[in-house]
Amino acid sequence: MSPQITPIADTAQDLELAERILAPDGTRIANSRLDPFVADVDAEQLRSLLRDMVILRRIDAEGVALQRQGQLGLWAPCQGQEATQIGTARALAPEDYVFPSYRETGVIYARGAQPGDYVRMWRGEEGAAYDPAALGVAPLQIIIGAQTLHAVGYALGIQHDRAAEVAVTYFGDGATSQGDVNEAMIFASSYQAPVVFVCQNNHWAISEPVSVQSQYPIAGRAPGFGIPSVRVDGNDVLACMAAMRWALEHARSGKGPAYIEAVTYRMGPHTTADDPTRYRDEAELESWRRRDPIARLEAHLRARGELSEEHLADTQAAADIVAKEMRAACLGMVTRPPLAVFDGVYAEPHTGLDRQRDEYAAYLASFESEAGA
Amino acid sequence: MTELTLGKALGAGLRQAMRDDDKVVLLGEDIGRLGGVFRITDGLLDEFGAARVIDTPLAESGIVGTAVGLAFRGYRPVVEIQFDGFVYPAFDQIVAQVAKLHYRTQGRVKMPITIRIPWAGGIGAAEHHSESPEAYFVHTAGLRVVAVSNPEDAYRSLRQAIASDDPVIFFEPKRLYHHKGEVDLEAPLADAPPMGLARVVRAGTDATLITYGAMVGTALQAAEAAEDEGISLEVIDLRSLSPVDYDSVAASVRKTGRVVVAHEASREAGVAAEVIASITERCFEYLESAPLRVTGHDVPYPPAKLEKYHLPDLDRLLDAVDRVLDRPNSLTGADA
Repeated sequence: MSPQITPIADTAQDLELAERILAPDGTRIANSRLDPFVADVDAEQLRSLLRDMVILRRIDAEGVALQRQGQLGLWAPCQGQEATQIGTARALAPEDYVFPSYRETGVIYARGAQPGDYVRMWRGEEGAAYDPAALGVAPLQIIIGAQTLHAVGYALGIQHDRAAEVAVTYFGDGATSQGDVNEAMIFASSYQAPVVFVCQNNHWAISEPVSVQSQYPIAGRAPGFGIPSVRVDGNDVLACMAAMRWALEHARSGKGPAYIEAVTYRMGPHTTADDPTRYRDEAELESWRRRDPIARLEAHLRARGELSEEHLADTQAAADIVAKEMRAACLGMVTRPPLAVFDGVYAEPHTGLDRQRDEYAAYLASFESEAGA
Repeated sequence: MTELTLGKALGAGLRQAMRDDDKVVLLGEDIGRLGGVFRITDGLLDEFGAARVIDTPLAESGIVGTAVGLAFRGYRPVVEIQFDGFVYPAFDQIVAQVAKLHYRTQGRVKMPITIRIPWAGGIGAAEHHSESPEAYFVHTAGLRVVAVSNPEDAYRSLRQAIASDDPVIFFEPKRLYHHKGEVDLEAPLADAPPMGLARVVRAGTDATLITYGAMVGTALQAAEAAEDEGISLEVIDLRSLSPVDYDSVAASVRKTGRVVVAHEASREAGVAAEVIASITERCFEYLESAPLRVTGHDVPYPPAKLEKYHLPDLDRLLDAVDRVLDRPNSLTGADA
């Protein structure tokens, strides 16, 4: 008999292997492993999760629109990943600290982002989109997987401080090929650091399908590092929240790191600069439309008679307000003056850079005196 | 004053920094029970425990990335990269993360990380154990770069590097680890000269020899040899490669008008090129001859039996001095 591995090239098959609480049609499925973690989630909380996902989708659409209208240099859409991001982020405690990649719009939304926070970096105004301390979220990370190590280091600090906090890192399926992500898992495991790894397997790393990154279920790698893992349906917000509560509880109680693979799908392009029609089929997209995370929760609530048209209308109105505020914040941003390019490189004076700043200031001033002459 | 080797002075500096600030934690390979392959951290595990003297998995990017996370949490990590040639796996974390986070966040996130690197050649080591990668880091905005040449500076500037709110790449010349010197262990850090200042190691009038690290000793030997021939050389130890103390450098060049810059690292786009370009911009009218570089060749670091042909030595320095002084030299021939 030849050695066997579990192939995951078939994305339809792939999802069926993940744990879920809500079926794609909204039917509730008993899940003995996950159910205990969401036993308290009543209809009110479900409606609030729905509301967050709807608002997130609206924010995402506004981001795309602002980019198309020339107001943002780039936008990394998260459409399709709302359940993963809202479900996991809503499970966090305020004092937990998140190390995201660049697609976690839903995570920063759930952590209390202000309207301008979504666009400040993509517009090119600032290197970081928001104040990390205000949200408990590190700056968005563009280098693939680099942030996972930062989360582990932060978790070592938590451990050293004997605090009951957890560091959480988000990354994609592409990142799992990076050395840094694997090193992060080793460091986390060796020191039993209170860190939760959340892999959003959205099936595509730009044009490369997940089968290029892994021929084995991604969550299946974690036990090899000594890290317990769970593989959830990432379009099932309840399953995502349950998995995250399990992982956070595990890490917070001193049992070391935990790992979640949320199997979801990037409905849009990698970024607004991408053209996914060059590499993926409409049929695949269509099959994932039928698993839409928002439609799923909506169907569930409707079937329970817990969703009124009034609630939906209120939610849509709230989403429109957030989008409007986001647009206003974006268009109202004032670019810093020229010499600001030198600001913040060092915490303390640096004679070499100070001289360059002086020379550039004199150069700029020469135009003013010319104009005055 | 206490007589210490450079290696012991570094260890004393680490110990003092850890006593001064309990946010200082050390990370590195073999730095715990072994005390590091060069024994720089010897005894620190016993005094401060495994939570502050952390033996890490063998993954340099992992070490530096973990240090970044600790800095986010308010710690002051001191990383030991085991050998100069092992820093490259950590290059992305250093250049793309450590160097940029303060700038990206406009100072909201500080990266007070010190990355110690046992550095450079002359010890007959195996491949990847004798590298001089300083130019990569000097070229990277957001980093400070320090290279020490004696125990006193090592003790003081390591503590300054750790106390700095900026990330510091800290180069320790391996071949000087056992060199002894007087160290004032009681001198308050507040009274010390700033970390970025160069030092005139020997005053002179005819030409300026600028270098750093273990080459400072070679330059001093050259100055002594030149004195026998009636030539007065000023020797400057840069100490800080980012920023470079151009006030001290320019003051010397204006006095002597002739300059040689030396380092072990290879030549192209190296520190000497940058220093000479800056001297030329600032002091062109004072120069009596073209400034010269004496450096390692633009070759990969050679096998140990050949390194003496790669590293600048006393005679190559003196030949360059002859050239900047328009004396007979290797290019003119002895009769010129």
